[in-house]
This record gives sequence, C-alpha cells and structure tokens, in this order.
Amino acid sequence: MAFVALADRDNDAHLHDPETFITKYVWSQDHKVIAIQYGVVSIFVGLIALALSVMMRLQLAFPESFSFITPNDYYQFVTMHGMIMVVYLLTALFLGGFGNYLIPLMCGARDMVFPYLNMLSFWTYFLSVIILLASFFVPGGPTGAGWTLYPPQTILPGTPGNELGILLMLLSLAVFIVAFTMGGLNYVTTILQARCRGMTLMRMPLSIWGIFTATVLGLLAFPALLVSAIMMLFDLLLGTSFFMPAILSMGEMPDYQGGTPILFQHLFWFFGHPEVYIVALPAFGIVSDILSVHARKNIFGYRMMVWAIVGIGALSFVVWAHHMYVSGMNPYFGFFFATTTLIIAIPTAIKVYNWVLTLWKGNIRLKVPMLFSIGFIFTFTHGGLTGLFLGNVTVDLPLSDTYFVIGHFHMVMGVSPVLVLFAAIYHWYPKMTGKMYNVPMAKAHFWLTFVSAYSLYLPMHYLGILGVPRRYFAYGGAEFIPASAQSLNVGITMASIVLATVQLLFIINLIWALKNGKPSGDNPWEATTLEWQTPETPPKHGNWGPELPEVYRWAYDYSVPGAKLDYIPQNEPHHGQGSVESDSDDAVDETKV
Amino acid sequence: MQQSALIDSAYDKPGHPGIIDDWSADKQTFPVPWGKAMMWIFLLSDIFIFSIFLTGYMTVRMSNPVDWPIASEVFALTIFGYNMPLILIAIMTFILITSSGTMALAVNYGYRGDKKKTTILMVVTAILGASFVGMQAFEWTHLIVDLGVRPWSNPLGAPQFGSTFFMITGFHGLHVTIGVIYLGIVAFKVWRGDYEERGYEIVEIAGLYWHFVDLVWVFIFAFFYLW
Repeated sequence: MAFVALADRDNDAHLHDPETFITKYVWSQDHKVIAIQYGVVSIFVGLIALALSVMMRLQLAFPESFSFITPNDYYQFVTMHGMIMVVYLLTALFLGGFGNYLIPLMCGARDMVFPYLNMLSFWTYFLSVIILLASFFVPGGPTGAGWTLYPPQTILPGTPGNELGILLMLLSLAVFIVAFTMGGLNYVTTILQARCRGMTLMRMPLSIWGIFTATVLGLLAFPALLVSAIMMLFDLLLGTSFFMPAILSMGEMPDYQGGTPILFQHLFWFFGHPEVYIVALPAFGIVSDILSVHARKNIFGYRMMVWAIVGIGALSFVVWAHHMYVSGMNPYFGFFFATTTLIIAIPTAIKVYNWVLTLWKGNIRLKVPMLFSIGFIFTFTHGGLTGLFLGNVTVDLPLSDTYFVIGHFHMVMGVSPVLVLFAAIYHWYPKMTGKMYNVPMAKAHFWLTFVSAYSLYLPMHYLGILGVPRRYFAYGGAEFIPASAQSLNVGITMASIVLATVQLLFIINLIWALKNGKPSGDNPWEATTLEWQTPETPPKHGNWGPELPEVYRWAYDYSVPGAKLDYIPQNEPHHGQGSVESDSDDAVDETKV
Repeated sequence: MQQSALIDSAYDKPGHPGIIDDWSADKQTFPVPWGKAMMWIFLLSDIFIFSIFLTGYMTVRMSNPVDWPIASEVFALTIFGYNMPLILIAIMTFILITSSGTMALAVNYGYRGDKKKTTILMVVTAILGASFVGMQAFEWTHLIVDLGVRPWSNPLGAPQFGSTFFMITGFHGLHVTIGVIYLGIVAFKVWRGDYEERGYEIVEIAGLYWHFVDLVWVFIFAFFYLW
C-alpha cells in the first residue's frame, strides 16, 4: 500500500485564500474562524441557559413571590437549561470550538482535512440552535419533560410543550447530531492523517488526546440519541408505540400499547453517559496542558495520562445503567454497572494524582488560566468523590431523587468543565486575537466565580442528605423538610445570582480587550506547543507560512536542565539540548545525535 | 492530488508489527487517502446507528405482550397459484448482493483506469440498487394495502411489527437511495473524466459505502425475515 507523510505532499493544493468579507468571516472554511463562530454561538446559548437557571433558583428560594413563573415554566426552564448546557454549550464549545481551533494548530496541519465539510458542520449546528430556540416561541412553549426526555410523560398531555415543544427539541437534536458527525469525522481524520512531520501520536499534547477520544466517543454514542429521537418522533407523529405502554393518562387511554419506556432510558443513557466524557475528556486534556505550561514542568506521567484518557473513553460505554438504578431493572444489572462505575474511578484518580504531582515543586506562575485550572482540580475532586456514593446501588437509591445528585453532577460536569473552558479561553485568547485581556478583571472573575460556585453547589449535597427532593417546583409545607432547608435555599439562590452576574465581567473583558487589550506577542506564556510557534499572531489562513513545522520533541520540555530557556518549543531541533522525554525510545536515540 | 503523490510504503511489515509501526510513526496512521479514512470512520458510526436500531427492535419484540406475526406467512407471495414464502425477499437479497459484485468490478476497472467499463459497471450497480428500492416499495404496498399493516397498527399481531419494519427497512432503503444517487454522481464524473489525473479512489470510497449498505441488509434480512 501507499502512504505519504503530510510534509511530503503538495500541501498548498487545497488552499484557496478567501477574498471577500463573506468568504472570510461568514461562509468561512478556515478552521480558526469556524472555531470562533462555534464559540460565539455556543456562549450565546449558554447565557440563555444561565438566565434560565437563575429563574429556577429565584422560584425555589421565594416560592410565592414570582407570579410569572408557573410550574409549567419551571419545568421548561429545567429542561432547556439542562439540554442547552450539556449539548449546545459544552459539547459544541469543547469540540466545535476548541477542537476546531486546536487540532490543526497543535498537530501542525494547515486546516482540517475537509474544510468545506467543516463549514457545513458549523452552519448545521447554527440551524439546530435556531430550531431549539424556536421552541420558545411556539404554542405550548418548549418541552418541560426534563433534559432526559423520558417517555411516556414526554408526549402525554399534562407535560408542557408535549406537542410542538418536544417535536422541535427532537428535530434540533437530530440536526445537531448531523452537524457533530460532519465535524467529528473531520477532527478524527485530521488527527490520524494530517499531523506534521515528527508529530507522532505519543508526542501530541494531551489536549489533542482528550479531544480525539471525546470525538470518537461522540461518533459512537450520538447514534443512540439519534435512533431514540427518531423512534420518539414516530411515537409522537405517527402514533407508533416504541416507548409507549398502554397507559391511563388524565382519565383517558391514549392509543398506545405494548411499548417499553425502559428501552428509551437505556438508549438515552447509552448516549448520555459517554456524553459526560465527551465533555470531560477535552477538559482533562486541556487542563493537563495548562497546568504543565504554568507550572513550568512536564506533565507527570504523560503516557499514563494518555492511557487513562483512552481507558476512561472505553469504560464509559459500559457504565450507562448507573443512571437507572431506580428504574426497576434487574438487580444483577445494578451489580455489574456499579462495579464498572467504580472501576472507572481508577483512571480518573490517576489523572487527578498526576495533575497534583505536576504542580508538586513546579515553578508555578499564578496566571489567570492557572487559577482556573487549579480551581478545576478542587471542584472535580469534590464532584468525583460524591460520584463514589452515587455509583453504589444501595447508597444511590435514597439519594437518587434528591439535591445530592444535583450537587454531584453540577460539581463534576457543570462547574468543572466550565472552569476549564474559562481557563482555555483565557489561555488561548492571546493567540486567537493577538491581544491580552485585563488581568485584574480576569482574576476577579475567577475568585468570584470559584467562591460563588462552591457556595452554590456544596450546600446542595447537604440538602440532598436531608432528603430534599429534586425536580420540585415548590415544597409547600412538607413536614420532612426542616425550615432551615428553606433558608439554605435562599442562600444558594444568592450565590447563584452572584455567579450569574460576575459572568458579565468575563464577557465585558473579552469584548473590551478585542480593541483595547495590549498586544500579547506570539508566545505570552512561553509554551512549547506548536500553536504558539506560528509565524503570525493570530495565525493567518494556512497557519504556517510557506513551510510546515517539523516536530523534534514532545510537548512538555519545560525546565530542562542545561537548556538556555526554561522551555523548548516542539519544533526546535536537538542541538545538544536535553529532553525529558525519557520514556520514548526514539527520543533517546535522537538526543545522542 | 492526494493519489498522485502517493508512494509505496517503506514501513510495510506484515501482521501486528506493521500496525504498531503505523500507529507509532509520524506519518499518516492509515496508509489511505483522507477521504477513504473518513468514509471508514463514518461507516463505524453508521454501524452503531443500525446496531442500535436492531437492538431496539429485538427489545421491543421480546418484551411485547402480543404475539409477533410469523415471518413466512407475512412475507409470502402467491404466484401462479403457489404460495411462496420469502420469494420476494430472496430475489431482493440476491439483487443487492449481485450489485456488490458489480461494484467490486467497477472498483477494479477504476484502478486500471478503464473509464468506460467503470462507468458501465457503476451504472449497473445503481440500477440494481434502484430495482431493490422499487421491490421494497412493492413489498411495502403489499403489506399496507393487502394485509392492512400500518406503522401504528397491525391486524396480524403486535403493532410494533409494522412500526419496526417500516422504520428500519425504510432507514435502510433511504441508505440505498442515497447510495444510488451517490453512485450516479460518481459514475457521471468518471465518464466525464474528472478522475483521470486525481486517481479513482473515489470509486472505491463509494464502493465502501455500497458494500456497507449491502452488509447491513444481511443483518436486517436475518432479523426480520428469518426470526
């Protein structure tokens, strides 16, 4: 068979420089522009979801005070908040945003392998967002079935948005999956086939490993969501009974019989659990790189980190039913899934230890991205530890429908990935724009976010142990809930208002810095990875000028003994300078040269 | 442009040492053009879609409180007074598998640079595919009009029979239809001579998709008609 290294190829053949404003910024095929388009749209919908969550908190703290929030509204807010945050913000921003931006730059490629498909991916995503937001404006409003969309209640009367709302939600998800598939095929193919000379898989920065594994997970897990969305659409539109048993609803027998709602739960979580790692793995990778750069130390246990990412990715396909302990499935299933769930804690713990050991005796520079990354280690550890409680069947059963679960998953896959997103935006903003943001303002943003997020979610665990149920619009005078729980609820809401408000600092800072920020220079963090070695900042179309870069070392040559600087870029040849890439055979050979 | 630059691999080793070399080197992980690698990855994703469809079908069928219709009775045609079970589906399956053969020949002639034979064989493949879809339409009509099966109801037993059958064979039929269009476009471009310089990889990429659609049919056939 035949192959050719990218560097040997006539690599300008597929590049055609954009000329007009439209081809440059709107119908752009440049991965960097597409990344920013993904970023802007996903942050925009994320802000909508943030506003919805504040409304929910206001209702919970002051149940009698807001006449414009009805129970139906509350459930619609819950649903849209969850779906937007998980799918349209986190997935889109990590993979569509940072995947697009970082893959070609960090791998040393000129663009994605199929730029046109990449452009199509963004615009399809944009369409799915429009369909999703359209559901706010149709009769009945968006669906209020909860972000898990469990049938039968999703399409039965009584659930808000059970006609048009759920229809638009399912359509939007299907369109999103098409968009993701087009983008995801590009990411995987680019990483496997279009790395520059010298960039072996085991020299790739961990960000790329995280994004790569997450994209593979997405390509294999989103089919389950697509299939269940199609089947539910048929139940809704054609009157089939895939998920609908014979049921008595509001005194009437709808025309359904013989379906199985549990099937939907299995399909949904076969998607839903890998989805957690689709969000988490890019965060793991990015945070590893940021910690290493700002601690001026190589990442501790690079190979272990890679295998942990791959291992977590593989295991994530065999743990899904731990979301279904209360669904009434066979107890032996519970045994199996509890075991696999606890096994997944091992690679995850390896990663946490390695992050901490990377910091150990490092020359830590407390830059803004570093603050967010260290914050992530805290929130992720806390969220992970509560996961051990929920992974065990007997402990999960009493906690499953309480605020303990809300606290757990917001800590582990809400706050933690979002902190990494902030870290990543603050880290790569100078490369994307060439400008440096206002640092004191960014530090204020970190401290306010971190403290208010903690005071928001930590008390929820306590509420959960008290037995305060989740998904309730108001608690009335329920006797098993002590009065102190309500005052804690007020406190949580205050924290959430602070948290939501300080995000304005972030938005204002980024917009302000676009125009007024100081020039950042090519490599403000003195980082080794390829994206900081581009000839221009921000990189031009084609990224690398006339010659593609060539890679001689791994991504983590920081504080190498005997080196001139405390970092050696990946594309710097060996001139007698050592490398700490000791666990790679070929690197040892090269250092002898 | 990718094809013209391809050179023979100096790394080729048989068996798993070769795989390890491919994965640990700084070259392309798979020694194939980008489009072909991407098609393989897409097919992997598509395999999951069909597997989940079929798993859903099995679950719905096994957990159903009502009896499933007997396949050899539902899928039978009366021809010349003889009741022939599974006759139509046997012909359809035969046609689809045959189309895989013509597709493989087209790929072969493509790599030989034989424009005319490649075009003809691709058109034949597309026609066989189109006739498969046509016969599927005939079978659907038979089920709907003669037997009264609907997606939401089924006089012969469990209503989910109609739901799953129409959904999954429909989804597969959609794949075949897209394949026919795709083959038609590629065949036209082959005939026009677009690939004389770039190489005929695209014929094989279209072929990959086509073989996949055929392979999926084998599973659908087994699960719907033989169970």
